[in-house]
Amino acid sequence: MNAVDKALLPRLALRLISGNHACALAAVAAGCRFFAGYPITPSSEIAERLSRLLPEVDGVFVQMEDEIASIAAVIGASMGGVKALTATSGPGFSLKQENIGYAAGAEIPCVIVNVMRGGPSTGMPTRPAQGDIMQSRWGSHGDYPIIVLAPASVREIYSETLRAFDLAETCRTPVVLLYDQVIAQLTETVELVAAEGIRAERKWASGAREAYQPYASDGGAIPAMSRPGAGYRVHTTGLNHAENGFPTQDPETVARNLGRLLGKFEHHRDAIDSWQAIGCEDAEVVIVAIGISARAATRAIELARAGGLRLGLFRPITLWPFPEDALRAAAKHARAVLVPEMNAGQLSLEVERILGSKRVHAIHRYNGEPITPAEIAARAAAVLKEKAT
Amino acid sequence: MSSTFVDSAADFDVRDYLRMDMMPHFLCPGCGHGIALRALLWAMHELGIAKDQLAVVSGIGCAGRLSAYIDANTFHVTHGRPLAYATGLALARPDLHVVVITGDGDCLAIGGNHLIHACRRNLKLTCLMLNNEIYGMTGGQVSPTTSETMLTSTTPLGNSEPSFDACALAAAAGAGFVGREVTRHVPRLKELIKAGLAHPGFAFVEVLSDCTEIFGRKNDLGSSPEMMLRQKSDIRPSAYRDSVDTPFRANELPTGILAQTNRPEYGAAYRRAAAAQRASAAAQAGSANAKEDS
Ligand SMILES: Cc1ncc(C[n+]2csc(CCOP(=O)(O)OP(=O)(O)O)c2C)c(N)n1
Repeated sequence: MNAVDKALLPRLALRLISGNHACALAAVAAGCRFFAGYPITPSSEIAERLSRLLPEVDGVFVQMEDEIASIAAVIGASMGGVKALTATSGPGFSLKQENIGYAAGAEIPCVIVNVMRGGPSTGMPTRPAQGDIMQSRWGSHGDYPIIVLAPASVREIYSETLRAFDLAETCRTPVVLLYDQVIAQLTETVELVAAEGIRAERKWASGAREAYQPYASDGGAIPAMSRPGAGYRVHTTGLNHAENGFPTQDPETVARNLGRLLGKFEHHRDAIDSWQAIGCEDAEVVIVAIGISARAATRAIELARAGGLRLGLFRPITLWPFPEDALRAAAKHARAVLVPEMNAGQLSLEVERILGSKRVHAIHRYNGEPITPAEIAARAAAVLKEKAT
Repeated sequence: MSSTFVDSAADFDVRDYLRMDMMPHFLCPGCGHGIALRALLWAMHELGIAKDQLAVVSGIGCAGRLSAYIDANTFHVTHGRPLAYATGLALARPDLHVVVITGDGDCLAIGGNHLIHACRRNLKLTCLMLNNEIYGMTGGQVSPTTSETMLTSTTPLGNSEPSFDACALAAAAGAGFVGREVTRHVPRLKELIKAGLAHPGFAFVEVLSDCTEIFGRKNDLGSSPEMMLRQKSDIRPSAYRDSVDTPFRANELPTGILAQTNRPEYGAAYRRAAAAQRASAAAQAGSANAKEDS
């Protein structure tokens, strides 16, 4: 048992906590020792919790002057070798995008929580939404890889936060935890698990300085990092760089290095991909949803099945890269696919890309009210009826 | 090895601190940024700061490109944000000497908010702002420190905005150490940077550096020697250190150490408070156990 688990022990095992609280506890359990943030509803509880938890474990909490500074400080701390987290919502997530791109390109591990609220702009700060599905994947400029995890319960926020820190290290990447306001502030029972065995430590460079190339890698496509002070004295930049870390515009070198970066997750899909499929084997309609909409869908399946309509649910837990093979398999026999989401059409675009648009239907809601189980069940029935006529 | 390269300053050879395989560097002839870089490395040498313990965080611009030439742990980050990156790095790694290299646009325009909060926070960092009165990297647009009436590629009528006195700004925001020097006085610049590096809190050092190829050319200021002489005529000695009261004084800027106070350093203060809290929590847990035992 590590020091963190011990520190948590009096409060360990089953606890009734909010999603944001679970995120803070899991971060500490995962080895996070640095948080920088800027207050914004509905994510602030994460910062407030960590401002108390981190000093207990010799970590650092700092409230920065804005969200840009927060993500920058987080990347800076990680470059120093410390696992780091920032948490924000809507407008703050927009502000972080340029530097998320830096972390992706320079391959600096870090975790970013984005609690989705109504948008665009200031939107509806205290109402849920799922409008940042595309932004979480494509929000920064240029081509870059990123991992986005979409937990749908307080318990899953706990486990996915642990996994986020592990993936950030093993894949040398920023990882976004994307969940909506309902899950963030929902209070549920969580079994806190000791973090031993799931904690991934950073792959540090070893061997002679002369032989070390900060962006050269083995077959796994993830280069080892060097710890400042360990004698490697490398250069890190947001410019396109060669294997040695220095800027280059040589077309071949850029294509080779960017190609490795863009393809690096393919070597680690087993660890990255995660989804839940309920009742998809015999489902007439497969629902694809995340977060609070997926929870409504779970209930909708029960309602519909009680009435003789066979519904199933495919829920990507890793949202990006999208587990597309798993979706294809889950939706193979379904006559229709229904995507309920709290935005004007984002997840449905990806589902249409994978399955073709013919079978794909959607419920798009952006008024701050969650989609109900009854609405999903009714829409699924209507979709089947349309098919039959 | 050509002898013209050898430094006159006793035991300091700048090449020991440079990534020589990165040469030739990309700075224009006459650019003052290289002089500032040399002064920084000389100061580091005299203080005995090991290259492995030095972390240089730089922004985007000609000034920002300097980090790539330094044989240390170097981080070339995003435009305007080096102080914010450095804040995370220095808080996470108090064992490192963290130096920020930034330009006037990087530090005062896009990064201005980070500067004032870094000054206020007083984390141990040395911020070297190379002020060439212009956006050099992007081809010579007006910057927050361009003097009034000067021509740039975006002020064809002459700059009509007053310029920032960065040192007055830093001092007003609470920086524990504030100083300014010109590239013309290399030993004095080195001494100033040394004092900044040795300062236990946030140190802001402004270096007045010449952009000969763009700013000089555009404003008919002659080549490097003429611009150096201009530094002499326009900059007043620190005896007239009244800039804090009169922040916007184009071309008339005091040099030397302009402010120095000993405020508590942020990182150490935070760690002290955290340690005290852990100790009191442990004591409480201990007495609770004792009660249970009895
Ligand atoms: C977000 C962003 N905006 C704009 C730029 C373009 N840009 C690169 S350097 C620079 C200005 C640099 O000027 P300064 O900081 O004064 O440094 P100098 O080049 O003069 O040394 C700008 C605007 C950028 N890289 N990123």
